[in-house]
Amino acid sequence: MSRTGASGVDFGRRVVVVRPVGRLPVRPAVVCLALGLAALAIGVLALSTGELSIPPADVLRALAGEGSGAYRLVVVEWRLPRVLLALLLGVALGLSGAIFQALTRNPLGSPDVIGFNTGAYTGVLVVTVYVGTGYYLVAAGALVGGLATAAAVYLLAFKRGVQGFRLIIVGIAVSAVLGSVNQWFIIKVNLQAALAAAIWGQGSLNGLGWGQVVPVAIGVGLLCVVLLGYGPRLALLEMGEDAAAALGVRVEATRLAYLIIGVALIAVATAAAGPISFVALAAPQLAQRLTRTPGIALVPSAAMGAFLLTLSDWLAQRAFAPTQLPVGVVTVSVGGLYFGWLLIRQGRAQ
Amino acid sequence: MVLARSAVQPRPAVAVTRRRQGLGLVVCLGVLAVVCLLSIALGTRNISLGTVWDAFWHYTDTDDQAIVRDLRVPRTVLGLLAGVAFGLSGAVIQAVTRNPLADTQILGVNSGAGLFVVFAVGVLGLTDLSQYLWFGFAGVAFALTLVYLLGSVGRAGATPIRLTLAGVALGAVLDGVSSGIRLVRPRAFDYLRFWDVGTLAGRPMQVATTILPFIVAGTLLALLVARSLNAVALGDDLARSLGASIARTRVLAMVSVMLLAGAATAAVGPIGFIGLMIPHVVRWIVGTDQRWIFVYTVVCSPILLLLADIVGRLVVRPGELRVGIVTAFVGAPVLIWWIRRTRVSAQ
Repeated sequence: MSRTGASGVDFGRRVVVVRPVGRLPVRPAVVCLALGLAALAIGVLALSTGELSIPPADVLRALAGEGSGAYRLVVVEWRLPRVLLALLLGVALGLSGAIFQALTRNPLGSPDVIGFNTGAYTGVLVVTVYVGTGYYLVAAGALVGGLATAAAVYLLAFKRGVQGFRLIIVGIAVSAVLGSVNQWFIIKVNLQAALAAAIWGQGSLNGLGWGQVVPVAIGVGLLCVVLLGYGPRLALLEMGEDAAAALGVRVEATRLAYLIIGVALIAVATAAAGPISFVALAAPQLAQRLTRTPGIALVPSAAMGAFLLTLSDWLAQRAFAPTQLPVGVVTVSVGGLYFGWLLIRQGRAQ
Repeated sequence: MVLARSAVQPRPAVAVTRRRQGLGLVVCLGVLAVVCLLSIALGTRNISLGTVWDAFWHYTDTDDQAIVRDLRVPRTVLGLLAGVAFGLSGAVIQAVTRNPLADTQILGVNSGAGLFVVFAVGVLGLTDLSQYLWFGFAGVAFALTLVYLLGSVGRAGATPIRLTLAGVALGAVLDGVSSGIRLVRPRAFDYLRFWDVGTLAGRPMQVATTILPFIVAGTLLALLVARSLNAVALGDDLARSLGASIARTRVLAMVSVMLLAGAATAAVGPIGFIGLMIPHVVRWIVGTDQRWIFVYTVVCSPILLLLADIVGRLVVRPGELRVGIVTAFVGAPVLIWWIRRTRVSAQ
């Protein structure tokens, strides 16, 4: 709607237009739905299997608050938080990877580009060697280390704005230095401490409960809302800085905002479960190949991340039971094999 | 006449650039020679250049001369070879994948070598370098062959992006398997946390002479395909229309990476940063011609590795820091300083 002035000329005043959501692309929507359902199905499977197997029907009953007390204890108190964490952290990792790959316009782009994981690892090593172990201490060490590294990389790369390529190179250089520090720690400390740090370094959901679910859910939820608020600007940035600027995006400010969101997402995941590798790198690429979107898309990446992490965590628990592997060991294997298969299939189809 | 002049005019500019690049190369060679001498003379016990000279030409079996002959020279030669191999393999990988972020890590080289060495140490129980050296080499060959096959399925062949992603995928799987083995076998973990870092110390001359033929062959092969890689850099279609055989270029380049990275990783462990950093810095100096990039990389990479090794020997005397740790500390500040002062883009 627009108003006409006294002269009868339409000046086109500022108006609020509520457009319908437009054509929802069919293939991405179907893929997202299928991935979401698959993740939920694996979640139910994870709830029903373990030391004590519970039939899926009883699992659903226990979730609804019915059924026997023992089942409710096992399903809701013990197993549910882990499944929820796998879903939430999968979403966080997938989104974070998608943001960084779109920003750097490079399929090798990942939160590691800005040195977050390496810095988090340094923080954890410093804490375990000089302060002590304990879940919250380690999580705090990871957060401080990762955020400080990301900030340092941004500031070192800043010179009248942050050019994308300069950010990557500075990130590589800083990561290399911190990686050396980590290696120095690993060969310096005794075997026990080195092994403990290495297990944290693989990322694991072992022993996490409701105490971790609530803060993670709040964090990921808030970040998703913020991300939604930015709308399609990421896709515009991916088209190139000049094109984005021409289309009315404030490139520098928008990029900083996306960097902060991406780092915050990976920070939540790393603080909760350690640096789970490969999901952030693989999920956007896998999602892009399944949905056949031209660029990196956020929602399919998130769905793919949730699916990958839930599946990997279930395998990490059950594959060599009773030995529990860190989930990171499985994500690389599952994700890598799936990636390879997809590449082969795509090659054949061409 | 006008036509002829316009055709001839650009030549002086090219000649000047060539001369400048040639001069730069001579300067780099001089720096490399000085660094080699320092690497022989400096360490836990500093040795005068006169003694070094005597150790070569008037050997009388004193302690200092023995140190030079038995420890410092093998170490310097190994550093020279490994430096060339890590740097040049990085440059070749960046040219083949057309991705400035690629290095040996990306094509699964380190993961393949790591997995095979983990297997040799953790499952077969080998602990002697001369035994598992060949496992490291075989691991690199295995990983690169698989990556190439995986990346070249289908009619499009091994395009840079497919090669990169295949390397990432395969590297991840191999890494997952090897960290799985490590975590259930603490003895292997204990041994390999040291192998992972990479060091030039404690390698007899025999190690250097074993890897020498592989590194020479890999270097020659890389220099041979440099010209074709220039064409490939323009994109597959354009390269094909210029008459370059893309598939052959890629296969030869991958073979050269296999020889270089395989030999060096097997001998001294995975040292990552050189292959990433030196080609970047060199590219900013000499431009986009792969031939110049490769030649400069061959000369500049050992400078960084040997310098890092010397620093590692001097900072915590009488102990030493392993060269794999020091490399990033020496190189990264230079890289950051450089990227901040130049206005360069990815290519």
